[in-house]
Amino acid sequence: MRYMLIIANDPALHPVPGGPGWDDLMAGYGEFSAQLAASGRPFAGDPLTPPDTATTVRVRDGKVITVDGPFAETKEWMSGYYIIEADNLDGALAAASMIPSAKFGAVEVRPLAVLH
Amino acid sequence: MRVDEVIEGIHRAERARVLAGLIGVLRDFDLAEESLQDAYIAALEAWPRVGIPENPAGWLMTAARRKAIDRLRRSAALDRRHRQWGELAIAWIAPNPAEPIADDRLRLIFTCCHPSLAVESQVALTLRTLCGLTTAEVAHAFMISEMALGQRLVRAKRKIRDSRIPYRVPLPSEHLERLDAVLAVVALVFNAGYLPVDSDRLVRVDLCDEALRLALLLTELLPEEPEPLALAALLNLHDSRRAARSNPAGRPLTLEEQDRELWDRSQILVGLEFLKRAVCLGRPGPYALKANIAAVHATTRQAVATNWINIVALYDQLLILEPSPIVQLNRSVAVAMAGSPQDGLQLIDDRHLADALDEYHLYHLTRADLLRRCGRRAEAAAAYERGRELTRNQAEHDFLEARLRQISTND
Repeated sequence: MRYMLIIANDPALHPVPGGPGWDDLMAGYGEFSAQLAASGRPFAGDPLTPPDTATTVRVRDGKVITVDGPFAETKEWMSGYYIIEADNLDGALAAASMIPSAKFGAVEVRPLAVLH
Repeated sequence: MRVDEVIEGIHRAERARVLAGLIGVLRDFDLAEESLQDAYIAALEAWPRVGIPENPAGWLMTAARRKAIDRLRRSAALDRRHRQWGELAIAWIAPNPAEPIADDRLRLIFTCCHPSLAVESQVALTLRTLCGLTTAEVAHAFMISEMALGQRLVRAKRKIRDSRIPYRVPLPSEHLERLDAVLAVVALVFNAGYLPVDSDRLVRVDLCDEALRLALLLTELLPEEPEPLALAALLNLHDSRRAARSNPAGRPLTLEEQDRELWDRSQILVGLEFLKRAVCLGRPGPYALKANIAAVHATTRQAVATNWINIVALYDQLLILEPSPIVQLNRSVAVAMAGSPQDGLQLIDDRHLADALDEYHLYHLTRADLLRRCGRRAEAAAAYERGRELTRNQAEHDFLEARLRQISTND
């Protein structure tokens, strides 16, 4: 079964590039990705740029409405994701707990829906 | 004995084991429950004719698997898309007469108490599947509507299926955290039965008895783990005071007020025996420390003879493992008893503790009692008043009213 691991962070609590803890964090991500690759199962994952780069689109009555910013204003924002394969929720939770940013923020684990 | 009485007996003794085994094979809580129901009906029909089988649980298990196949065939016939999947599933679950029933109850407990489910759902699922309580009984015991509980159960079962919460005993590396969740559910069930939140409540199911049975089951399934034994000890020691816990009007009595002649001696011995086994298995965890404290009380014939110094020492250890406001509150009572009411009051007036327990009536009543013993009557009256506002027990409410009158007329 495929799960999406959604990484959410409060930027005030998370290391920033060049700042304290950043190199350790990157090394942690390198190690995590290497472990996923070593499992031999397909996976995907990317970091996202900060929410000030976000643009939100809605279509109403055939009209495209484009707005600056993310769709929800929250203190924690989605800073990256992984899609992994796991046998069950426990496997996905174990992977989520190994994501380095889980120490500073949160990782939401959601199964991908299977459409018949 | 009549057949329906035999079935009733088997239901009580074997239901959880058969249901757990069925869920293990069918991987579907609802299908397992429905098929077991069908199997009971089949037994009521068949057993008067052919006699009661030698292994009734095995008979029920086999019958339920056949009934599950019937149900799957019917739904596969209704829905062409599922036919192939249905055939595979049927081949997989077809009963094998030589196969013994695996004891899947441990897997069932860990699935029901999976931390990805809300605690309320964990409790409800455990009572429903392992204890065999009806939805109405569980709803009544926790004072929520049957519909709300039904929806909660449906959501929980859907999450087990859709998120694929595994049906397994956790690995040793995850064991401690996951076992804590299981023990917490059992303790919660016991407390819900033990704390007389609402004296008007008609108790139809005895949650304390259900919790005692669950704790006993855990000690049987995990005989090498100390904390289930300690929990069984704790619950038995608490339950031994059942007859002494409230006065005839229904007001909860403190340990000092209770008539210790009413404590159940044989149950105390059962509790102490569990505790002894737990202590032999390793360093005491939170439940072992709590059971130890309960054991000090249980083995003290007169309240004045209580070894409070010993109890404070146990609370000191407990506070390290479980730094919760409730433990802090109980520790300050022990400190007051071991030393002076002023000592206890100093701890109880801690700002963080006061904030954390502001809505808890026993915080204010404990504080009131210490203030009264320090001779600070006006402050005691205010604290009693606050405790009275917060209690939901009518008899306690009346008692506090009398105490408030007594304090103010002594002026």
